[in-house]
Amino acid sequence: MSLRVGSRLERVLSEGHFAVTVEVGPPRGPNADAVREKAKLLKGLADAYNVTDNQTAVVRMSSIAGAKILLDEGLEPVMQMTCRDRNRIAIQSDLLGAWAMGIRNCLCISGDHQKASARGKLKGHPGSKKVYDVDSIQLLSIMKGLRDEAVQDGGDSITEPASFFIGAAWTPLGPPQEFRAFRLAKKVAAGADFIQTQAVYDVPKFAAQVEKALEMGLTDKAAILAGIIVPRSANMLKYMNKSVPGVVVPEKAIERMQAASDQRSEGIKITVELINEVRQIPGIKGVHLQAIEAEEMLPDIIEQAGLLPRPEPQQ
Amino acid sequence: MIVAEWKPIPEVVEKLRGHKKVLVVGCATCVAECAAGGEREVETLAPLLRMAMIKDSNPIEVCTNTLERQCEWEFVEGLAPTIMEVDAVVSLACGIGVQALAERFSEVPIYPGVNTTALAIREEPGLWAARCVACGDCVLGETLGLCPIARCAKSILNGPCGGTRDGGKCEIDENIDCIWHLIYERAQARGKVDALLEIKKTKDWSNSDHGGPKRILREDLRL
Repeated sequence: MSLRVGSRLERVLSEGHFAVTVEVGPPRGPNADAVREKAKLLKGLADAYNVTDNQTAVVRMSSIAGAKILLDEGLEPVMQMTCRDRNRIAIQSDLLGAWAMGIRNCLCISGDHQKASARGKLKGHPGSKKVYDVDSIQLLSIMKGLRDEAVQDGGDSITEPASFFIGAAWTPLGPPQEFRAFRLAKKVAAGADFIQTQAVYDVPKFAAQVEKALEMGLTDKAAILAGIIVPRSANMLKYMNKSVPGVVVPEKAIERMQAASDQRSEGIKITVELINEVRQIPGIKGVHLQAIEAEEMLPDIIEQAGLLPRPEPQQ
Repeated sequence: MIVAEWKPIPEVVEKLRGHKKVLVVGCATCVAECAAGGEREVETLAPLLRMAMIKDSNPIEVCTNTLERQCEWEFVEGLAPTIMEVDAVVSLACGIGVQALAERFSEVPIYPGVNTTALAIREEPGLWAARCVACGDCVLGETLGLCPIARCAKSILNGPCGGTRDGGKCEIDENIDCIWHLIYERAQARGKVDALLEIKKTKDWSNSDHGGPKRILREDLRL
């Protein structure tokens, strides 16, 4: 496969290494050092680092700024971009700016609706105006246009291509499950080079969906990274099973966590096992690990999963 | 129909402070259908306002009227004699009706008594749900008669997003159907799933509010 962009993530995948990406949530404030500290903790553990874009619609440092700080620390970012807060003008402008600053991977997602911002302890911004000018699949097409044709959505050209390694999300176990592989196909057709999935806990169900994608030829066209959210407690697993759409947690996993004397270390064990299991699924090219507000758990997990050291891809 | 909901009474009371005689005007069309601003609601609100104003130490006289349509000049004109006798009006019509009164009777303060909230249908007794947002570029012909602009929280054209909950409900509210889930089910029942595989391009929103205040000029109807 000839390289489209040459980002480290793309090179790792193109050389056939099992890729590791991890999530870095920006702080709820303007503190660059908070991002740098996470960078120091996580450096060398992954091939690329996702910087979330105001996840759950809660205001945080922007993903574009967070990604730039990681870049300055020597980590390769995957800038996440949602469709929630920007119209097509702002989206394209931010993409040009991100590329100008050296950001090369971007994940396109629709984003949690602003109503989600008031679901937890925070007031959030449930009264904010809705944007959703374009959807995540249209965003993929826009990014492909900027890269492959140096053309904007409206048809105007840009002076030179903004070449991103283009990512998309996939929720294989979201209803209607029969349609999810087709929707993945739309994302791949729109321009997705790599896919990061919703969190996997039910490996057989996940594998069945990946098999469909494989049969449709999608796993050759885009690299699928299985998403894993590091569980820290039985309550967290229960919450995700009940409240996070598309996340299915088998009862056995919840019981196992409940029975554990040290739920945190059990969470590390479960994550390592999940990594090893999804690794066996034909068509899975890597893992995307999320240790939400618990990034310090990641070094042990990645080490114990035998994923260190990370490969140094050729130039 | 255009759907509206009563404003909280204290909000109306605040506006009416200092007035002596107030006319509450209903509209017998959409807002009557949605039980917010028809004759029945006008006659319900009038005594409530009267009592609330007494409690607020600002007693007022309240008279009532309900027009056939507050958004048509010929019906609005019928209010002219009554308007002369009051020093404020509370309109229970949609925003169009409120503005029609304010335009015809610009010397009198016209206060909205309702918030206009949606273009909706009555799904069940006491339950209305949005069906249209007047986007100006109807896609119902491509989505099997189910509107993803009005009925998807993210108005996406290539759904469903990853937020569909079990049972085909929306991530923002478990009582709201994921419209893309319904579109998929209808497509499947009709053997039309293939039609959902095509990537729908970015939408032109300009023939709606997004293109600036809408103005429709029909030369064939001009005098």
